[in-house]
Amino acid sequence: MNNKIEVREFSFYYGAFQALKNLYLDIRENAITALIGPSGCGKSTFLRCLNRMNDTIRGTRAEGQVFFDGRDIYAPAVDVVELRQHIGMVFQRPNPFPQSIYDNVAFGPRVVGMAARRSELDRLVQESLEGAALWDEVKHRLRDSALDLNPGQQQRLCIARTIAVKPKVILMDEPCSALDPVATLSVEDLMRRLAQEYTIVIVTHNMQQAARASHYTGFFWLGELVEFNTTENLFSAPKAPLTEAYITGRRG
Amino acid sequence: MAVVQKSSQIDAPTDATSQTNWGEWFIEGVIKVAGISSIVIIGLIFLFLLREGLPAFLDIPLRQLFGTRWYPIEDAFGMAPLLAGSLIVTVGAVVIALPLGLTTAIYMGEIAPPWQREILKPIIEVLAGIPSIVLGFLGWIALAPLIQRLGAPTGLTAFTGSLILAYMSLPTIISIAEDALYAVPKEYRGGALAIGATQWQSIWRVVLPAARPGLVIAVMLGIGRAIGETMAVMMVTGNAANIPSLGSGIFFQPVRTMTATIAAEMGEVAQGSLHYSTLFAIGIVLFVISFAINWLAGRLVGMKGMRRSRRGGML
Ligand SMILES: Nc1ncnc2c1ncn2[C@@H]1O[C@H](COP(=O)(O)OP(=O)(O)O)[C@@H](O)[C@H]1O
Ligand SMILES: [Mg+2]
Repeated sequence: MNNKIEVREFSFYYGAFQALKNLYLDIRENAITALIGPSGCGKSTFLRCLNRMNDTIRGTRAEGQVFFDGRDIYAPAVDVVELRQHIGMVFQRPNPFPQSIYDNVAFGPRVVGMAARRSELDRLVQESLEGAALWDEVKHRLRDSALDLNPGQQQRLCIARTIAVKPKVILMDEPCSALDPVATLSVEDLMRRLAQEYTIVIVTHNMQQAARASHYTGFFWLGELVEFNTTENLFSAPKAPLTEAYITGRRG
Repeated sequence: MAVVQKSSQIDAPTDATSQTNWGEWFIEGVIKVAGISSIVIIGLIFLFLLREGLPAFLDIPLRQLFGTRWYPIEDAFGMAPLLAGSLIVTVGAVVIALPLGLTTAIYMGEIAPPWQREILKPIIEVLAGIPSIVLGFLGWIALAPLIQRLGAPTGLTAFTGSLILAYMSLPTIISIAEDALYAVPKEYRGGALAIGATQWQSIWRVVLPAARPGLVIAVMLGIGRAIGETMAVMMVTGNAANIPSLGSGIFFQPVRTMTATIAAEMGEVAQGSLHYSTLFAIGIVLFVISFAINWLAGRLVGMKGMRRSRRGGML
């Protein structure tokens, strides 16, 4: 399998505070990579570095390289807006726009100018909603406000909104933390199906979720990547004592 | 209410409970009285206006009352020129203040780096505090000559008044609009940027629609300020109670507004005369107009989809 993203010598600073320390990491194509670790260890920061969402925070600084399909996304000439079309993001709390379900999904295609004709847009919206396993639940109420959906549906709508621009990579920052167990399982199901087409990186504080749903897992600790392995190996035979302490401590 | 009481009972030792309830009863009473009294006062104002102004409506045929000639010395009390004057000045002010105010708010709330915001905010607050008479004076000695030099027959025109009014309503529009933008959850902006929207697209297509109720209120309060304003306008609009001639120069001729008419003439009329009650009739019309605007604002704010965006704000 190919590496979709390669992180090299990567460090990240909020002002003087170093949040990420000299990371090396490969993200495999069409796989689900989970990032685990205690709160505040830099998982979200790292995720936001992968599509340069941290650029919107003042006083931050990145060092090192992140190669996406072989191109360094921190190179000076990179168009950040275009980059984010290829590397989309789903947030911790569902954040549908206060607009109709249809308009939420059509937002991305409209802003990037993907579907010129109405019929194309309709098709794209349907495809995306189907891709996010939401179509059957909302097909008769596309004009209703997205805020009328329940949280699980809202999160799947946000996933539909993200895949509508046909990204290569989807970053998810604790996408299930605001959801109940049933909705969580449906989002995990969805992730597994999406992994056939997309590369997925998911941050989770839920060890079972990482074990259940991911192919690779990275364990972060105080801004460092302590261990990275296939999920199976990392959970069954952790190499670093820190990893072992963390996963057993969390389990028992 | 019940919840509050319960929690205070839990927090406080038993002997303090009755005291807490007393305090609460008192505060609730004060708030109730304050709320009711403001309604009562508005009602009384309207009754008073009616009492003084009604004779005009009864004694002057409506066609004359809303006729085109305002010439009290000859008992010609046609309000149309004054209505037109107010309308032109206000519309001009809104046309100037609306884009300027909203773009300033967007710049301050969404684009400007913090240090610029910290400079701009107090400046705009100071603007709000300048007495209107001072602005009127400035308009009279500085702005009017400038406008005359631009080719208007006189510098004291509706446009001069509009500029002054726009300037006066800007702080209101900017600060309320900025609050409205600030209330839009950050997650919306992130959500838009994270799928490849530019910052401008995120503002235009997500933030502004979500902030619409607040923006409407900002504009309405700004207009409200403009309509009610008297002194500054009286000083710079030339005070000619003529129906302005239509055409491209419509903003560049002297006009007289309703408020200015009341202010200028109230001092010289005999109490109880027809002229006197006509001035009050103008007040009634103003009252009705401002009610209509408030109602319209309420409708615009309460419109479908907007309520949802409000709910989104609490998400
Ligand atoms: N916007 C920010 N400004 C300054 N420090 C931040 C910011 N966001 C996160 N941090 C700090 O960076 C570290 C990593 O945070 P984060 O990436 O959110 O961790 P995690 O997602 O693993 O809980 C924490 O110490 C946090 O305090
Ligand atoms: Mg986090």
